[in-house]
Amino acid sequence: MSEFYDKLEESFRRSFEPAAPPDDQMQPWGGTRIVGKELPRVDAFERVSGKAQYTYDVILPEMVYGATLRCPHAHAMVKSIDTSAAENMPGVVAILTGKSPGADIPWYGGKPPQSKLFDPHCRYQGDEVAAVAAQTPYQAWDAVKAIKVEYEVLPFVIDEESALKADAPKIHEGGNAAGKPMSMRRGDVEKGFAEADVELEETFCTSVQIHANGEVHGSVIKWDGNKITIWDSTQGVYDACMISFARTMGLPYNNVRVICRYMGGGFGSKLEMGKYTVMAALLSRQAGRPVKMMLSREETMLCVGNRPNAKMTLKAGVKKDGTLTALQLTNVYTPGAYSAGASVGFLVQELYKCPNVMVTESGAYTNVGRARAFRAPGFPTGAWALEQMMDMLAEKLNMDPVEFRLKNFTDVSQTRKMPYSSAGLKDCLIEGAKKFGWKEAKAMPKGDSHIKRGFGMAAGLWMMGSGGPPYTAEVRMFADGGVTIKAGAMDIGTGTKTVACMVAAEELDVPLENIRIINADTALTPYASSSGGSMTLPGLVPAVRRGAWIVKRQIFEWAAGALAVPTDDLEIRGNSVVSRSNPDKKRTLEELFRSKGVMDVIGIGNREPNPANKAIMPFGAHFAEIEVNTQTGEVKVVRLVAANESGRVINRKTFECQVFGGMVMGLGYALTEKRVMDRRTGKMCNANLHDYKVPGALDVPVNHEVLPVDLQDNECNNVGCKGLGEPAHVPTAAAIANAVYDAIGVRPNNGPIDSRMILELLSKKKRG
Amino acid sequence: MPEDPENKAGESNEGISRRGFLSSVSAGAVAAAALKGAPEAPAQEIHAGNKAVTINLSVNGSTRKILVEPRWTLLYVLRDAIGLTGTKIGCERGECGACTVLIDGKPRYSCLTLAVEAEGRAITTIEGLLEGDKLGPVQRAFAEEDALQCGFCTPGQIMAVEGLLRSNPNPTLDQIRIGVSGNLCRCGVYKNVFNAAAKASRLRVYKGGA
Repeated sequence: MSEFYDKLEESFRRSFEPAAPPDDQMQPWGGTRIVGKELPRVDAFERVSGKAQYTYDVILPEMVYGATLRCPHAHAMVKSIDTSAAENMPGVVAILTGKSPGADIPWYGGKPPQSKLFDPHCRYQGDEVAAVAAQTPYQAWDAVKAIKVEYEVLPFVIDEESALKADAPKIHEGGNAAGKPMSMRRGDVEKGFAEADVELEETFCTSVQIHANGEVHGSVIKWDGNKITIWDSTQGVYDACMISFARTMGLPYNNVRVICRYMGGGFGSKLEMGKYTVMAALLSRQAGRPVKMMLSREETMLCVGNRPNAKMTLKAGVKKDGTLTALQLTNVYTPGAYSAGASVGFLVQELYKCPNVMVTESGAYTNVGRARAFRAPGFPTGAWALEQMMDMLAEKLNMDPVEFRLKNFTDVSQTRKMPYSSAGLKDCLIEGAKKFGWKEAKAMPKGDSHIKRGFGMAAGLWMMGSGGPPYTAEVRMFADGGVTIKAGAMDIGTGTKTVACMVAAEELDVPLENIRIINADTALTPYASSSGGSMTLPGLVPAVRRGAWIVKRQIFEWAAGALAVPTDDLEIRGNSVVSRSNPDKKRTLEELFRSKGVMDVIGIGNREPNPANKAIMPFGAHFAEIEVNTQTGEVKVVRLVAANESGRVINRKTFECQVFGGMVMGLGYALTEKRVMDRRTGKMCNANLHDYKVPGALDVPVNHEVLPVDLQDNECNNVGCKGLGEPAHVPTAAAIANAVYDAIGVRPNNGPIDSRMILELLSKKKRG
Repeated sequence: MPEDPENKAGESNEGISRRGFLSSVSAGAVAAAALKGAPEAPAQEIHAGNKAVTINLSVNGSTRKILVEPRWTLLYVLRDAIGLTGTKIGCERGECGACTVLIDGKPRYSCLTLAVEAEGRAITTIEGLLEGDKLGPVQRAFAEEDALQCGFCTPGQIMAVEGLLRSNPNPTLDQIRIGVSGNLCRCGVYKNVFNAAAKASRLRVYKGGA
């Protein structure tokens, strides 16, 4: 035994050299072995077996269930709350109102703050009034119903134009204007319109779209003294939960552990901390037991975000040869009852070369649910106006819509005032049109029957999609060649975990099966910004590659010393490091690690900054073939083709899946999805998935193709990839609208284009 | 929107149907096969209110004796009483299909089925499709065809396809589309779901019954 300790004691005297960032540069990959392939997700087993644990699936010993009492009126003042009956209900363990200790918390930002966790002034149907925790969710809802609230019901306003009238009900102390109107100007639009041969002006409206993500919003809370663990259905364990929660509750960041390994969809609605998280934490404190608080479907439809409506008036000037001279956009919208971003103007400023642009946007508060970020906020909406206008101009000039767009292509970002790292718009238009058979399609007859066929296209880009620092990945290789990645990044369904593992496997020359990833746990994994803005892939995987490279460099330095060969002559083959020039010279990883007295090598990869002089944006062009039944007004999408340029494709399978999904959501935006408000009561009529129409299996085309356009962008980051989730969604709805026009010859200015609208458009056309 | 060629999706025994659901539960709500020696589920007894009743639930081939309130849904009991959280909660009102399980081999919304009504029926959940620690054929097809993104609706989609293939081992594309038309996927991966269902029908050796 003493011999064992002697050896151990001796080993402690040996020096260990931890991996340090090498000073030479990482080169872009030439050919790739794993990256670019079609591979199933690394967590597919968990997701198809039912073993993946989502927030909703967390069950803890002694856990109780939370439920929220919400204001049933569009606008009301809470006069009194009587919880005495609820307190005596079976199973009830805690009740929370604005008067409970610690519950007086400002909410929705602003100076002074716009509201509170429980604000007596309820500004929409769904504002929080009280919360309950009980042994079963049934008992919690029973108790919610037993709370007696006296409301003073106030007059309400639900549309932005009425809200700005002098006699409108006052929603906030400072009035109903949602901030100052935003204005942006480039060049001189008056001069631009004077130069134009053709000038068109049109108003386009879009409806409010609801995220309708699969897993509802919610949290599970467990306190241990003043340390807390939160399982949250979130798009960002750090920014969207840990940091906000710690600040709100006055806790050090490291006392707040947030976990979200699997998340059932967010689309932007889970980019901010929910009131439910704080309510659950306060209930849990009161009850002394863990609390699970998941919203009902109806609550998610009312209270946790939407894509705001828009009323966009777009005026455009163009020369006979197709050169755009001026674009002027005015937009009016409502963010709902509290402030939220709702700008739609970026695409008009950026997508096509145009020296003279003016955008003015203004909003008004109304008594309806507040907007939140929603998949490329402002872009599908902006495209609805811009891309229909582009088709109108092309028709006026007797130009092909694709040719007209190509005519106004630019490889320089006009808002960033620098060239794009890769300007994919041109290739997406050309390759997409080829794949779709655009020329042939446009030449096809419309048909003599009541079924009219139409073809349409639209283009788009996304302003972010570059990703950027800070993103950190810890890459750790064991002596047997196994690798564990730790990253704070989320996998919200986009396949983040899979692409991170593929990038590490590529760089380390090991099989994908060797790689395991642990993600999205603030106690275990390094910082990552939230998964929004299509920034996760290009934010994370360059950090993973860097971490893997550091590990490889460390091992190669050891092997170079042992084998007396230069490091750039080495490669990993199986479980060995081998000299390329003389394959007899090799060491197993086990031998190398043992010779240095280590069991693992850790590389900390930090995301490097983006190039200083390049704009990085992903692009796409979408093509649609549709049929309109002129007797019933039904629109059937027959075929969709997407050409998307998002840099290097890491996984062809998840790339395609992402684009399909983006287009299906765009199909919903174009044809079926609309929040319907009751003008008499100010309440939402379709706060459920039966009346709010998310596209289903019978609504989507089977004929659906995705063409990745890869321009080998080696400047955007060390992997050469850009974001995809949002650009996959931006142009689809506008492409379908253009196809509807092609089919029936009347322009559907307003979305969604439902059967009734088609019939109205057709009868308007008949009347002339 | 695409037409339903048989125009009877609501009555199709391949897919989920509200009408089908109603007839099935009213027929089977009564018979309670009292099984001796059924394992007691822990913990739930403290939650159940005064009107609690004891039922025997046959889930994935094993029968459990459970104390439930009559108003508890099968979905709630499967997840929170038994701990089978693979079956998901999406809307709790029969609109999204995330909670789809098989009852006597047919896909049903477990959020619209009371636990007491499921007594005496053979219930199969997503966990019940595993073959030991290996994926069943439908699960394997979904993984290979990437028929998922966030994965939250996926167990329901898989159960709908499993139910479809049990009654129709070689469905046409239109039958597949109708078969999964009761299951919403907000990530929009329907095309891959159709491919997975077709692949599953090739992979699957039809074993007959539930």
